[in-house]
Amino acid sequence: MTVKKLGLRQRYEHMTRGLDWETTYQKMDDVFPYDSFEGIKIKDWSAWEDPFRLTMDTYWKFQAEKERKLYAVLDAFAQNNGQTNLSDGRYVNVVKLFLTGISPEEYQAHRGFAFTGRHLRGAGARVAAQMQSLDELRHLQTQVHTISHYNKFFDGISEFPHMHDRVWYLSVPKSFFDDARSAGPFEFMIAIGFAFEYLLTNLLFVPFMSGAAYNGDMSTVTFGFSAQSDESRHMTLGIEVIKFLLEQHPDNLPIVQKWVDKWFWRGHRLLGLVAMMMDYMLPKKVMSWKEAWDIYFVEAGGSLFQDLERYGLKMPKYADIATEEAEHISHQNWAVFYQYTHAAAFHTWMPDKEHLDWLSAKYPNTFDKYYRPRWELWAEMEKEGKRFYNMALPQLCQTCQIPMAYTEPGNPAAICFRATQFQGETYHFCSDGCKDIFDGEPEKYVQAWMPVQQIFQGNCGGATVPDVLAWYNMNAGADNMDYTGSPDEKIWKEWHPDADVARKAV
Amino acid sequence: MSVQIKTVDIAPRRQTFGHVARRLGGDKPASRYQEATYDIQATANFHYKPYWEPEFWTYDTRKTAVVMDDWYKPIDPRQYYYAAYNIARANMNQAVDRNFSFVEERGLLAKISPQARAALERGLLPLRHLHWGGNMNMTEICQRGYGTAITAPCIFSAADQLGMAQIISRIGLVLDSQSATSLDAAKKTWLEDPAWQEVRRLIEDSFVERDWFQLYVAQTLGVNGVLLDFIYKFAEPAFADAGLSVAMLTEFMQDWRAEESRWSDSVVKVVAAESAHNKALVSQWATHWIARAVEAAKPLCSALLGDGGKAALAAGEAARLRAAALGLEV
Repeated sequence: MTVKKLGLRQRYEHMTRGLDWETTYQKMDDVFPYDSFEGIKIKDWSAWEDPFRLTMDTYWKFQAEKERKLYAVLDAFAQNNGQTNLSDGRYVNVVKLFLTGISPEEYQAHRGFAFTGRHLRGAGARVAAQMQSLDELRHLQTQVHTISHYNKFFDGISEFPHMHDRVWYLSVPKSFFDDARSAGPFEFMIAIGFAFEYLLTNLLFVPFMSGAAYNGDMSTVTFGFSAQSDESRHMTLGIEVIKFLLEQHPDNLPIVQKWVDKWFWRGHRLLGLVAMMMDYMLPKKVMSWKEAWDIYFVEAGGSLFQDLERYGLKMPKYADIATEEAEHISHQNWAVFYQYTHAAAFHTWMPDKEHLDWLSAKYPNTFDKYYRPRWELWAEMEKEGKRFYNMALPQLCQTCQIPMAYTEPGNPAAICFRATQFQGETYHFCSDGCKDIFDGEPEKYVQAWMPVQQIFQGNCGGATVPDVLAWYNMNAGADNMDYTGSPDEKIWKEWHPDADVARKAV
Repeated sequence: MSVQIKTVDIAPRRQTFGHVARRLGGDKPASRYQEATYDIQATANFHYKPYWEPEFWTYDTRKTAVVMDDWYKPIDPRQYYYAAYNIARANMNQAVDRNFSFVEERGLLAKISPQARAALERGLLPLRHLHWGGNMNMTEICQRGYGTAITAPCIFSAADQLGMAQIISRIGLVLDSQSATSLDAAKKTWLEDPAWQEVRRLIEDSFVERDWFQLYVAQTLGVNGVLLDFIYKFAEPAFADAGLSVAMLTEFMQDWRAEESRWSDSVVKVVAAESAHNKALVSQWATHWIARAVEAAKPLCSALLGDGGKAALAAGEAARLRAAALGLEV
């Protein structure tokens, strides 16, 4: 008797989807109650192509090996006081932004992929989602361990989960992920699996990790290298999801297109924080946000959408506006945080001359005309002891929750305002993109926990800035305000008594 | 004499995160488990109600009827965070690979009696589907549960269940010379053989359980405590001359069960000890699911061991004793 041995692909299928069965004692629709309300039609789950083939034994082996190496570096970094070898004390603010703004979203992704890892009807897709759920938990936990060492020396890190649930600008990433988590399983897969992990990951993950590499943050960059193979698995899952949905039924196209439009714009708004980090917060610059946008979105994203064109999928709506904004967004965001430095858990500063010249060179169309004069004025005011603080609470966009500081397409001299009426109330938006998203699901977005409105309603500890900061667990005078004069600066100077001289000499 | 390397000593300004320090009762050095676990899940100021369950927030204590003052009380005695978990499993898996090589190189499963082969095909291989059901349940608890202390170990447990389903599948592939015919047959057995139907009914019923802590009790005390223990501990005589090989190839399951139950038992114990209300609920759930599991195991037990279901009753008795030791009234 001859037996036909299995190929690798069939073997993997037996190890995963082969475990699944059609339930009969309970209806399949009761076992999988959430996969039909979004209107996505799946004719045949068996057409799902496993994006990677990792059985659990291989997963454990690879991941354990990576973890052993990573933690050896983290231990060595701590033992040798690696934090003293950073390019500059200012760099740590990048780490603060990451741990307070991004790491909690890794956690959200972990729980979200557990949701799709249980509730997608196709078992092959479930296994892939579960592995991503594990990976995302890894990312949260290794990031906490990486940044734990910085927390021992620097401010603004210590209260990251408490702040994540309360602080005004952290409501931007939080609402982004709450939005994806409260969507159905297919929208979650497109929002996080495709838009976030595939289309935009090079503009989020990579800038932080390259920034770490350029600025002597050996522990964070080691995490980055260690997570790279996880990220590429996530990307293959993201692309498989979108192709699978589009191949399954033509009726899926308009639904998927709407999600791609929505999550592209929401992602673009969230990435504004990364733009600011790249252009303003890295003492040693990797590249400008505009350059990154051109490489990773205009070029790479452009060819991706060319590839997806055969399914009828178009470039996300307002991609052209986003590209125009790439010349402005980092400056406009930094201006917001500079004005509200008293309410932010990281430090701000006005760029020095060398930095201003770099920005002028990188943004020839916009920086000298719209932003440099303002920075020079604010620097002048600082010198005169009249540092500019904005003590009024800003109006927030109802969708992205960012203060309304962005400008009109085609007119960088005017603030962009949009509004919609819904059930007798007026809602405000920073852009057409955010307004469209609201108009698509108004019942959802009216629920948003809006930080400024909550302060006015008395839900945030009180009516004064100190009251609200206390409610944020923000240690005023240490976590917030300018870098100059901060305890961070003090400790950095203790380690590097010549730092200031060296900086000025350049 | 000792060698002393001089290093620069820089005094830290704080030992750990604020939320961790509050739990430790002061700013003290914290373990990696503590920093990776405490207060990680969001608890307040959520933005949107889920479309798929608008009666709750995404993270909501009301998704179970048990009430905890603090869902970070049921911590993991194994102190697993991702790295510690994966390294532990990678180590366990080295033994799995060695054991498979040992059995395969010597052709031990090729030499077994027809009676033993039939018992493996009927009694062991369909268990891969029950493990897969366990994977679905633990993934569900991870997504619906409350607090990282309990939900993070649940995704580890889900991965373990998938891993064990894959080990059973590998045993099938050794038996059928890597053709998967035994796996196809095992699925048919799982779907049609009367011996398995009450087990399948139980796990399918658990799939629609909405109270996530009841599901936790059903899975850990009912499915793991009765059904898995029945097969892995009580059914060995059925595998006759394949018994020793099966014991080697399922060593992972023995080690896993001993290790995971340290965690899962401790969670049940802590939650039940919280209040009379919790104790009554958890006791009721444990009684119900252990009894169901015993009933489900009986036909399987009779078919495999021909003992009229005695070994299933013994597995149930052991599970009840275990539950009683956790402070439950069962």
